[in-house]
Parts: sequence; C-alpha cells; structure tokens
Amino acid sequence: MGDLAVFATVSNTSPSLSWNLFDDLASLFHYDFMVHAFQAGTIVAIVAGAIGYFVVLRASAFAAHALSHIGFAGATGAVVLGISPVFGLLAFTLASGVTIGALGNRLRGRDVTIGIVLAWTLGLGVLFLSLYRGYATEAYALLFGEILGISTTDVAITLVAGVVTVAALIAIYRPLLYSSIDGDLAGAKGVPVTALSIIFMAILAVAVTEAVQVVGVLLIFALIVTPAAIAVRFTSRPAVAIALGVGLALAFTWAGLAIAYYSPHPVSFFITSLAFATYVSVRLSEPIRRRALTRSAVASTTAR
Amino acid sequence: MSDTAIVARDLTASYGARPVWSAGTFTIPGGSFTAVLGPNGAGKSTLIRMILGQLASAAGRLEVLGRTPRRGNPDIGYVPQGSAFDSELSIRGRDFVGLGVDGHRWGVRLAGRAKAVAATAASIEAVGALDYADRPLGSLSGGEQQRLLLAQALVGQPRLLLMDEPLSHLDVRNQGAMVQLITDVARQRLLTVLLIAHDVNPLLPHIDLVLYVANGKLAIGRPKDIITSKRLTEIYSSPVEVLTDSRGRLFVVGLEEEVSHPHG
Repeated sequence: MGDLAVFATVSNTSPSLSWNLFDDLASLFHYDFMVHAFQAGTIVAIVAGAIGYFVVLRASAFAAHALSHIGFAGATGAVVLGISPVFGLLAFTLASGVTIGALGNRLRGRDVTIGIVLAWTLGLGVLFLSLYRGYATEAYALLFGEILGISTTDVAITLVAGVVTVAALIAIYRPLLYSSIDGDLAGAKGVPVTALSIIFMAILAVAVTEAVQVVGVLLIFALIVTPAAIAVRFTSRPAVAIALGVGLALAFTWAGLAIAYYSPHPVSFFITSLAFATYVSVRLSEPIRRRALTRSAVASTTAR
Repeated sequence: MSDTAIVARDLTASYGARPVWSAGTFTIPGGSFTAVLGPNGAGKSTLIRMILGQLASAAGRLEVLGRTPRRGNPDIGYVPQGSAFDSELSIRGRDFVGLGVDGHRWGVRLAGRAKAVAATAASIEAVGALDYADRPLGSLSGGEQQRLLLAQALVGQPRLLLMDEPLSHLDVRNQGAMVQLITDVARQRLLTVLLIAHDVNPLLPHIDLVLYVANGKLAIGRPKDIITSKRLTEIYSSPVEVLTDSRGRLFVVGLEEEVSHPHG
C-alpha cells in the first residue's frame, strides 16, 4: 500500500516533455539526484561494458549472474547487522568470485556447483530479510537498483571503485585475453592462468557490486552481459568490441535514465528493455546483414 | 643441425604417486622431425608438459635446447591438444596470432607495436592463412584453425616446435597438407619438431624419428626400425603385428585379443 502511494506521488510530479530538446535536457539535470544518477550510471556503464567483454569471451555469464545473487545474501545480512549493504555485497561477491576463480575452467559441471550455492544463498537472503523488520524498500533497491537515490558520497565511492577496476583490467589485459582464448597455450607461455582467473573474478565482484546500485541484483545481465554480447556480434577485434560494449552500456544507461525521468516507471525497466530490444533486433537482423555482406563481396569480385 | 635439441637420461614421469613411464633415455637431434606415438593415456602429453617445464621429472635428467626445462621458454613454440575453438569465439585469427608475440606480458600493447604487427603478418603469411586471418576464429574450419595455431606458435621465432595431436580433427586431405606445411616451415627455419599423432601414415614420408610412449616405457628409433612386429611386440610386451598395405601404409594390430578370445 505504501509503495503504491509513493508511485502515485512520483507519477503526479513527473516532469513532462516540452518538445524543446534544450529545455528538456536542461530539466534532466535540474535536480541533484538526476545529476548523481547520470554520474554513477556513466561510471558503472563504462566498467560493466568493459568487463562484460571478458565475461562473454570466457563464457562465464552464469558466474557473473551468480555473483550478484550470492551478493544479495551478503547485502541483506549486512542490513540485519546494521552495516551498509554495500559492504556485505562486496564481501560476499569477492569471496564467491575468488572461489569460482580458483576452481578455474578445468572443473566441469561448475555451473551445477554455482547453481547449488546460489540457490542456498538466495534462501539465506530471504531469511535475513525476514529478520530485518525494517522497510522492504531496502531489499527492493538491492534487487532492482536504486539509481535515483544516490548521494555525492556514493558517486565518489563508485568513481574510486570504477577507476580501480578499469586500471586492474588494463594491467592484466593481454594475459587475460590470452588465457581466456586458450588456457593451455597461455600456461605454456608462462601466463599464471589460475591466478589470473582469481584476479578476474575479484575484479568482476567489484564491478558487480557497483552495477547493483544501478540495475540491482536481478538485472545485472543488462549492463554486464548484454552490451558485450551485442558487441562481439559486430566485431571480432577485442579493443573495438570493448569500446562498442562500453558505448552500448552508456547508451542504455543514459537513455534509460532520460526516459524514466519523464515517466512514472522505474529506470531499471528502461535500461534492461533497451538492452534486450537492441540484442533481439541485432540477432534478428543478422541474416539480412549477412546477405548484404555476401552481396557486396560478390559485387567486388565481379567488379575485378 | 648437428646439435641436440632434447636429451633425456633415465627420465621418469609421474602424477603424484602414480607412475606414468620411467627410464626414458633418448636424444632428439636439432632440426629433426619426430613423431610421438603410442596409445591413449600412455603419457605422450606428459612428456610435452615436461619439455614445456610445466611438470617436473620424478627422476632422471631432461635437457631442452641445452638447459633444464623452464616455463614460458620463448624458444619453444607450442600447439596444444584440443578440439576446435568454440564456434561462438569472436576473436580474429590475427589478434590470436598476435598474442603469441606478447600475450604473456602484462598491460596493453604500447611499445613495439609496429614490430609485433609485422611479425604477426609474416607468420600468418608463412602458414598461408592470409585469406581468413581477419575472420572470427570460431567461424573457421578445423584446418584453418590449425594453421592459425601453427602461426601463433611460430610467431615468436622458436627453435623447437611441440604439437599435441594437430592432425586429429582433420580429414585425410587436410592432414597431408598440414604435414607438408609443417615440414616446409621446419626446413626453412631449421626447426626441431616433436609432433604427437595417432596415425603415423600421413607423417611417414617426412619424419626422421619415432618416439614410442607405451606400456610405461619410451622407445626411440627410425620409423622403419621401430615400427616392426618384433620391436612393437617388445615395447608393448604383448603380441603386435605390423601390416603393410599395397600403398606402403602401416597398420599396427594387437594380437592379444585374438589370443585371449579364441572362441570370439
């Protein structure tokens, strides 16, 4: 009931589009909460888009998803203890990320193990929620994101975490790429494959913790996996794919925020829907694009 | 050509307490082409891992290019065993080959960019993979992927080339082309080649030596000396017959089964 009342007030005070683009853009940044949302969203999109490339390359999308869910138990546990949920989230995602990373790619049936742990930790999360007799909004924010409630301090923390994750990714870029494509080969060349796998999952844990603020635990795929998954369908050059993934993640986040500002519906819905719609249209248009490519190839051959 | 590439004296391999093979004594001359043969699980890849410095010997001595084996030896080019790349793998062959230059270094490629790009292009050309080097690896055929794997093994200008079953996933025609390519490249670059294979026949016209890994032992010799009924029966410690067909192809037949199942 309380939630419904909040929704009603929000929709009543929702700004409306004026059809003047400059006025509309200016009004977007009129409120501090929108400025903070754009700042945090931008940082998170850059980090998520970049690390997403390696998540897709290493086929560890499920691990990324699991991290966020396992993190949910940590976050709710922290709330019960009266600590900021971010710390619980980070602790649990880091611990589970390092564990999954240590198991490496060699262990077959890893998905089953992760799934079992993930189901149990979600159960733990539900228990912690019931123990905490506070507002359900805290849980709601964790599950679905709460980008419109971000403070200046949150933005600063996100910025520091974002810089650290991107710097770490750059530092391990080449050996990570090598071991993601062929672990045996990279190992023979002296690349510490298992250590890299652990470091990567730790970086991913920090990135997931950041992204949870924007899209929440349940919708993490939209920012980490979807942009990169779209990017690799357009290019097979790693650097270009990473840039494209970052660009798409930024576009989804910015557009989602802008649309949500003029609508009564939640930001995460728009971000995830934009990501999904783009992915689906890219997949559906593939036969057409391939035909066009073949036709131009044939044309250039006959022209010779 | 006259120097030795690999020397093993009483070499023993084991995984923990489980012995794989022992008392391996052999010498691989520099510039030679050796086929490593033997049944599955006999320890052929184990030998490769020891040469790569990834597995320590349980006993005995192993010298690779005049030194004890060490991980990440830049003088060794390696093509690992494995089925084809995942069909969804969206990485250009060119980027993959480039990782053979500096993929083991931290960070992103800044210095030496032009040199790495040139070395990559030269290696791709040397294996005849120019036509498809810019396509995603996952979309390529098994033969095309093997050529790019060879290109990435060669890009660091190694002296020793180790290949773990590079022919297994190829059809007969591609096997022949691949063996010819390896032979040509090895001759041009004075490479020593150690190649694990299941079937010796596509290799027979090109190899200098056969290293048999079977029954907990290693045995080395020229193909015509070692692939004989008498020698293989000794190595396997059970009756083995080598048959030759009209085109000179060899077939190794175990006789144990017929002996132990006379009513079958």
